[in-house]
Amino acid sequence: MTSIVLDRRWLDVCALEDIPLRGARRIASGSRPIAIFRTGLDEIHALVDRCPHKRGPLSMGIVHGASVTCPLHGMKIDLATGQPLGADAGKGCAPRIDIRLEAGRVLIDAAALHE
Amino acid sequence: MKTQADKQRLVVIGNGMAGCRAVEEILKRDPDRYDITIFGAEPRVNYNRIMLSPVLAGEKSFEDIVLNDEAWYRDNDITLHSGSAVTAIDPVSHTVFAEGGIAELYDRLILATGSDAIRLPLPGADLKGVITFRDIDDVEAMVATAEAGGGRAVVIGGGLLGLEAAYGLAKRGMAATVVHLMDVLMERQVDASAGHLLAEALKARGVETILGANSEEIVGKDGKVAALRLKDGRILPCDILVMAVGIRPSSRLAQAAGLETKRGVVVDDSMRTSDPAIFAIGECAEHRGQCYGLVAPIWDMCRALADTLTGVDGAYVGSMLSTRLKVSGVDVFSAGRFSGGDGCEDIVFRDAGRGVYKRIVIEQGRIAGAVLFGDAVDGGWYFDLMKSGADITDLRETLVFGQAATEGLRGLDPSAAVAALADAAEVCGCNGVCKGTITTAIVSQKLSTLESVRAVTKASASCGTCTPLVEKLLKLTAGDAFVEQKGPKPVCSCTHHPHQTVRDLILEHRLQSIPAVMQALEWTTPDGCASCRPALNYYLICAWPGLYRDDAQSRFVNERVHANIQKDGTYSVVPRMWGGMTSARELRAIADVVDKFAIPAVKVTGGQRIDLLGVEKHQLPAVWADLNAAGMVSGHAYAKALRTVKTCVGSEWCRFGTQDSTGLGVKLEKLLWGSWTPAKVKLAVSGCPRNCAEATCKDFGVVCVDSGYEIHIGGAAGLHIKGTEILGKAGTEDETMEIIAAATQLYREEGHYLERVYKWMDRVGLKTIIARVIDDIEQRRALYARFAHSQLLSQDDPWAERAAGADAAEFQGIHAPMLQAAE
Repeated sequence: MTSIVLDRRWLDVCALEDIPLRGARRIASGSRPIAIFRTGLDEIHALVDRCPHKRGPLSMGIVHGASVTCPLHGMKIDLATGQPLGADAGKGCAPRIDIRLEAGRVLIDAAALHE
Repeated sequence: MKTQADKQRLVVIGNGMAGCRAVEEILKRDPDRYDITIFGAEPRVNYNRIMLSPVLAGEKSFEDIVLNDEAWYRDNDITLHSGSAVTAIDPVSHTVFAEGGIAELYDRLILATGSDAIRLPLPGADLKGVITFRDIDDVEAMVATAEAGGGRAVVIGGGLLGLEAAYGLAKRGMAATVVHLMDVLMERQVDASAGHLLAEALKARGVETILGANSEEIVGKDGKVAALRLKDGRILPCDILVMAVGIRPSSRLAQAAGLETKRGVVVDDSMRTSDPAIFAIGECAEHRGQCYGLVAPIWDMCRALADTLTGVDGAYVGSMLSTRLKVSGVDVFSAGRFSGGDGCEDIVFRDAGRGVYKRIVIEQGRIAGAVLFGDAVDGGWYFDLMKSGADITDLRETLVFGQAATEGLRGLDPSAAVAALADAAEVCGCNGVCKGTITTAIVSQKLSTLESVRAVTKASASCGTCTPLVEKLLKLTAGDAFVEQKGPKPVCSCTHHPHQTVRDLILEHRLQSIPAVMQALEWTTPDGCASCRPALNYYLICAWPGLYRDDAQSRFVNERVHANIQKDGTYSVVPRMWGGMTSARELRAIADVVDKFAIPAVKVTGGQRIDLLGVEKHQLPAVWADLNAAGMVSGHAYAKALRTVKTCVGSEWCRFGTQDSTGLGVKLEKLLWGSWTPAKVKLAVSGCPRNCAEATCKDFGVVCVDSGYEIHIGGAAGLHIKGTEILGKAGTEDETMEIIAAATQLYREEGHYLERVYKWMDRVGLKTIIARVIDDIEQRRALYARFAHSQLLSQDDPWAERAAGADAAEFQGIHAPMLQAAE
């Protein structure tokens, strides 16, 4: 199974429209939860769905600009890097997952799902 | 000591501040020179007229403002004819004639007749209830109207006096509106920026302002004032109408006596009129073409006159003016040429966090004028520098921060301690932020506002007690850069608008979506942040019920998924139990749900509900479906909305119960559930004053008594502990429900997002709320109607919709196909 995944790097997970504008969806079926975000400009980002602060589900946060605010204690995370912004800069990171948009479909790095 | 016969006869017409001060100044210089007689038209001793506003506001009593009591007249051998108006002066025979056949001869005569309030010649100006704001009788008339049952007051004139009158009336429980002809309040004293802040500060104190408003007619009913009609057709109902549109020097007596008068009684630099034996001072006098209506020039005139009358060369050369508004908590100071002009430069300081605006006008290295709003402690200092014509070139850098900062930086004041703090000193205890962190951030990121310092460093972002310290650091570090932002504290760093302005503009410009608000109000971020988006979403829901489409992505997760997120990312589920009542069927259904979904914890809450903790997000719709099947709906334990109505068993069971508190609690909960509010709302109903339901620490509480229902408001028992205040009393359940719903609607319409009821109450004032939901039945009904309309559209169980399949993707997430490849 591992070899198949490695050979076929991009995995089609959903349509862009399946993620609400300025919102997120969680993929819980992998070995670790992944949050996929869609910004107001229709850009997509994916992070491991754990806030570096206290592991809050970032997929439940409010998406604004290219960042998300964690629902548990309000840490602001840069969607492009997974790094905290503002006063919390430098305090850990939610690992980035490779993601891309192709013909209205959202594709993620399949390997990330099985790490 | 001279005998009475040796003394010259000095007669003073006017027992006000000018007349008495002149006498005091003369007595100070030469107590034996004159045999003094004072005529006063008002039947009382001399009082401090500029303190009438605090008397109106209930902050001082008449006794507090008496300047010279009867003993003063007696001790100084002054004859006082109070309540006797002077009818004529004969300058030939040196005689003053007064009502009651009184005649007094004089060697020297002082006119201190003051001024009259201008009454606009509007149709209806003679109606009962139309008054001016000039003496203690006017104040008594206003107080009597307010005490007769609140009601509404309209004040024509947005100058110093008009605003103080309106504030006093609002403080006495009336809904006060100021109607002002110009576009800026107090335009003779402040500039447009301060005028705008002033209008906002007054609004927060229950005074509405209508600018650019032309009055047309005073409408009466049964000979009494009923409303003011404006030229644009607007009708402002009122129970009292105060005209505060200015004063006119009272110079009739002088004119009739043949003295030279223009606007006032013309005097020279020794305060002498065209008759060498007659002098004039105060508001009735016209000196070098200028009439004054403030107290400081009057004191200057009194000194000059006393010099003249005691044989010293005295000269009055005119006064520089400064003004202070006497409205509690609204500091306004103005002096000199505050608007600047050619050859002048401005130093402007704005502190949005504290609602402070300062503008110092400099001309050729000297202060030419100043306007201070929000922090006017340094007004006297600027005024002194201005009067003395001091060269302020060396003070320039810190001038705008006031005397303490300026002198502190020069090592003259220990408050410079802030500057001396070590970089490692902790400034914000909540977030553990040191001074060095703050100053570094200010410098490296060019921060200029408190909000930006909070956003970047978190200093003072929690409890806020270190705010003044952080501000001082910001001032010291950022220096002149610290000028941006205007208005009171903004909603968040995405905008400079405060909550109130945002709410007002949403209505004014009929903004009906979040992007529309952000565009029209010039948001500085593309789609806001986690602070402003939920606030805007709420404001739009409240402003446009039925028209605005709720934006789930601008909701905090709890309100988006209708459950309360826990630290591990699971949720808690609290079904509604009306008034805290439940049944075997409900309890059985809850027990079944707990077993079926292996819910790890079940807890009884403080609000008399049952909390199911540790439910996975994807399980929520199924859990709700089972609870729905047993007749239970969402308890909104996660929302800025009605949470619970806690009750005791009341007269149904309790031997002390006076009313059916449980039944009323259930009715209240059925009336209020589902309504979105600025922050959570908790209620309780106790069946007797023993208060077992703890109603006196809730947002709204009802304490039943034999004769009816005591309605409470503004309690808190969380971060802050606060007992309720009494909102009013109702005789029936229906009336109780109407009042609580109306008060809830007022809170919905006026509360700032996340501002609990008690904080809103502190901000707008309990009296304002009482005036609008208790005293003004019409307004109460209108509020109730708006609430009922909004409820028609919001009382749908959010659980039922989602149990039936709504938002399924939200709850189920995405199931990635494990092996299916895209390429």
